[in-house]
Amino acid sequence: MKLTLKIWRQAGPTDKGAIHTYQLDDVSPDMSFLEMLDVLNEQLNAEGEEPIAFDSDCREGICGMCGLMINGDAHGPEVTTTCQLHMRSFSDGETITIEPWRSEAFPVLKDLVVDRSAFDRIIQQGGYISVNTGSAPEAHSVPVPRDDAMRAFNVATCIGCGACVAACPNGSASLFMGAKITHLGELPQGQPERDSRVVNMVAQHDAEGFGGCTNIGACTAACPKEIPLDVISQLNKDLRTAIKHGH
Amino acid sequence: MDMPDTVTAAEASHSGFLDGDYDDAAGYYTPGAPLVDSKAPDGPISERWQNRKFEARLVNPANRRKLSIIIVGTGLAGASAAATLGEAGYRVKSFCYQDSPRRAHSIAAQGGINAAKNYKEDGDSVHRLFYDTVKGGDYRSRESNVYRLAEVSTNIIDQCVAQGVPFAREYGGLLDNRSFGGVQVSRTFYARGQTGQQLLIGAYQALERQVAAGTVSMYTRHEMLELITIDGKARGIIARDMVTGEIETHLADVVVLASGGYGNVFYLSTNAMGCNVTAAWRAHRKGAYMANPCFTQIHPTCIPVSGEHQSKLTLMSESLRNDGRIWVPKNQADCEKDPRDIPEEDRDYFLERIYPSFGNLVPRDIASRAAKNMCDEGRGVGPEVEGVRRGVYLDFAAAIERLGRDGVEEKYDNLLDMYERITGENPYEVPMRIYPAVHYVMGGLWVDYDLQSTIPGLFVTGEANFSDHGANRLGASALMQGLADGYFVLPHTIRDYLADGPFEEIAEDHPAVVEARESVKGRIDHFLSVNGTRSVDSYHRELGNIMWEYCGMERTETGLKKAIDLIRGLKDDFYRNVKVLGSAETLNQSLEKAGRVADFFELGELMCIDALNRRESCGGHFRGESQTEDGEAMRHDEEYAYVAAWEWAGEDSIPVLHKEDLVYTAIEMKQRSYK
Repeated sequence: MKLTLKIWRQAGPTDKGAIHTYQLDDVSPDMSFLEMLDVLNEQLNAEGEEPIAFDSDCREGICGMCGLMINGDAHGPEVTTTCQLHMRSFSDGETITIEPWRSEAFPVLKDLVVDRSAFDRIIQQGGYISVNTGSAPEAHSVPVPRDDAMRAFNVATCIGCGACVAACPNGSASLFMGAKITHLGELPQGQPERDSRVVNMVAQHDAEGFGGCTNIGACTAACPKEIPLDVISQLNKDLRTAIKHGH
Repeated sequence: MDMPDTVTAAEASHSGFLDGDYDDAAGYYTPGAPLVDSKAPDGPISERWQNRKFEARLVNPANRRKLSIIIVGTGLAGASAAATLGEAGYRVKSFCYQDSPRRAHSIAAQGGINAAKNYKEDGDSVHRLFYDTVKGGDYRSRESNVYRLAEVSTNIIDQCVAQGVPFAREYGGLLDNRSFGGVQVSRTFYARGQTGQQLLIGAYQALERQVAAGTVSMYTRHEMLELITIDGKARGIIARDMVTGEIETHLADVVVLASGGYGNVFYLSTNAMGCNVTAAWRAHRKGAYMANPCFTQIHPTCIPVSGEHQSKLTLMSESLRNDGRIWVPKNQADCEKDPRDIPEEDRDYFLERIYPSFGNLVPRDIASRAAKNMCDEGRGVGPEVEGVRRGVYLDFAAAIERLGRDGVEEKYDNLLDMYERITGENPYEVPMRIYPAVHYVMGGLWVDYDLQSTIPGLFVTGEANFSDHGANRLGASALMQGLADGYFVLPHTIRDYLADGPFEEIAEDHPAVVEARESVKGRIDHFLSVNGTRSVDSYHRELGNIMWEYCGMERTETGLKKAIDLIRGLKDDFYRNVKVLGSAETLNQSLEKAGRVADFFELGELMCIDALNRRESCGGHFRGESQTEDGEAMRHDEEYAYVAAWEWAGEDSIPVLHKEDLVYTAIEMKQRSYK
């Protein structure tokens, strides 16, 4: 396959960026999208142009480190992570536009690399169950109904990649936050901190500059782990309950 | 790995070998003084950990906040330690090269985590988990450490459940278990195919809670590039801020490396792209011994290489072998055919044929080598890459017939989906293709029972140390070890060291600190100034090919010597001809890789020397010279029942070999047999 690639390049956080155009021949349909970029980078390095910076680590769809806007879609045309997207999803002669995640709260560090540390700071405000090492009771002392455990698991699969934010016209991280609220809220262990968790996480979310949710649903459509939209309803419900409880 | 029929080592020994006096690695190393673990208490094995915890001195809570700890790496072994030590009140600095601690590669573990809970009442116990782990490790691990691992395994499950880790549950609401990796009890806890992710997120959340509490300072996108030692003790690290390029000095009273494994020395592996040996290797060069570096685990069920562009390999859980049947065509002529057109009588279910009692469930090393042998014979399937078809079929047709498509979907859907996404082939219709890939390293920095390296004040946890898995790791035991070390072992042993505090203040202009900082800057300047013709990746790929060819699934004296020569030549060329563009003052991924590959060269050479020295086959290490008449691995306990701990002797010197004899008091050494 031959491709025309239009790629965002930006030297540093405070520099002005621009779209650069590259030609790439001999792309195999079996390559992953990121392997295609590896090949481009080898070509650039040989020609004396600095390779394009982009994030990736596990390259098996689980660590959440990779993430690109591909032709305007977070992670591209399939429901998966950028690293699991393969070139067979594109056609010979195609022009592909590649940009970093778009969001005020995810500033660009260089080229396609963004800073997602806001997610860590949201978790710091309550995305955990307070239990010091060694103080846990025997695991079987608290049975958890299987359906609750299943729902907790289904939303705990969030990889924190940020596609939901990148896809959202408001730049909201409500899906990310709702997934954690639902995961911990479904489990008996998560109840004691349920109210404070949601209140504090939402406050941090807003302070980071993420936008509000207006139920568009672009987040869930872009989510590589298919986190359902109802986690945001759960988030709002938990917030309402917490406020009723006087938080 | 409970085997029905075993023979004693003495019965199985090759008389021809034992009469000989081999020193294959003569000229490649200098013999050193024996090494002894001075920290494991004597006495009955089941009491050692209790005794050590009692003997290890305490640190008064008021003094803890005066003591500082650096922890490099935020996988299971690092994040759990940082959280726990933060909770205890120490001042912790935690480092990771990724943009968030939640990305560490523990996250990719699929299958599960072992624990001796005996919830199934199927005869499991701490002793049985200990026994299985020592035996599975082919009697090359340290007995005391393994027993402790089995002992604390049960606490891990309690801790994780309390954190909200959503393990699979039964209808009654209690935890489910499965049998994994050929063992005969069901002791594996799991969260669908994402156990590593769920455990890591649990540890990550505990860590972030301590960041919020102010006990842990988190440094993301930071890479440790040097260890600072003063008066022989570890006192800090030099790290590069990967965004600004700043070379930072971080001083502390103690340093913990939880920096993971070095499987990426093979270029292609199931490790994440960024996994590297630099933190461990820099410590090695400063005096930490590297133990059993050649012990590599090659996992049989990975997706085969599809072409020369391949950047990494993807593992599929070996639980697939519970229901999938592995085969190749009997005739070479059939290798290009659509597998569905090959009739039953022309298929060779080689594992079932060679190992009738274990069949497709033989341990990882055996399944891997058998697949390689089939492909070497010319009976591999799939696309030709560099002239050879490297793949065997993993066929679910029989399972679909037995369980129905729904039944197979329920058990394996996410794995089969992943396969289809990567290969573009539907495994419900066409048999999957698999091939072995480097997955885990059992070798690592030498540590004593306290997990302290040969540098006082430098502790090593998780995959980065060597201690628990011997020559082969059992499935679902990596997660167990990482969390055991971080939550339940290190926090107790490190206090005995910290009880010597307060430690002398170190100034940033101390000569040893300046020397460490300058050496880092010197290396970076060198990579940027060579301005040669070849990219870092091209060198890495070539090094990986050498390692895979000569230090992979089968190693021989001739091959290893050849590999050492090739590595030395390639390394010289790298320093003269590598091309790294960009600057040191910005995010520069080629520069990051250059430093890692430079260290992989030195590690790769040491792995070959270690493999050359060990003229026996054990666990994941198969020496062509040491096999039975029918091609099975032969261990040689009289000569090699020791840990090979290598000391760095300088840039132009050969390494020094220190041996720690392995003594088993609670278990009898036996030769593995899976026939």
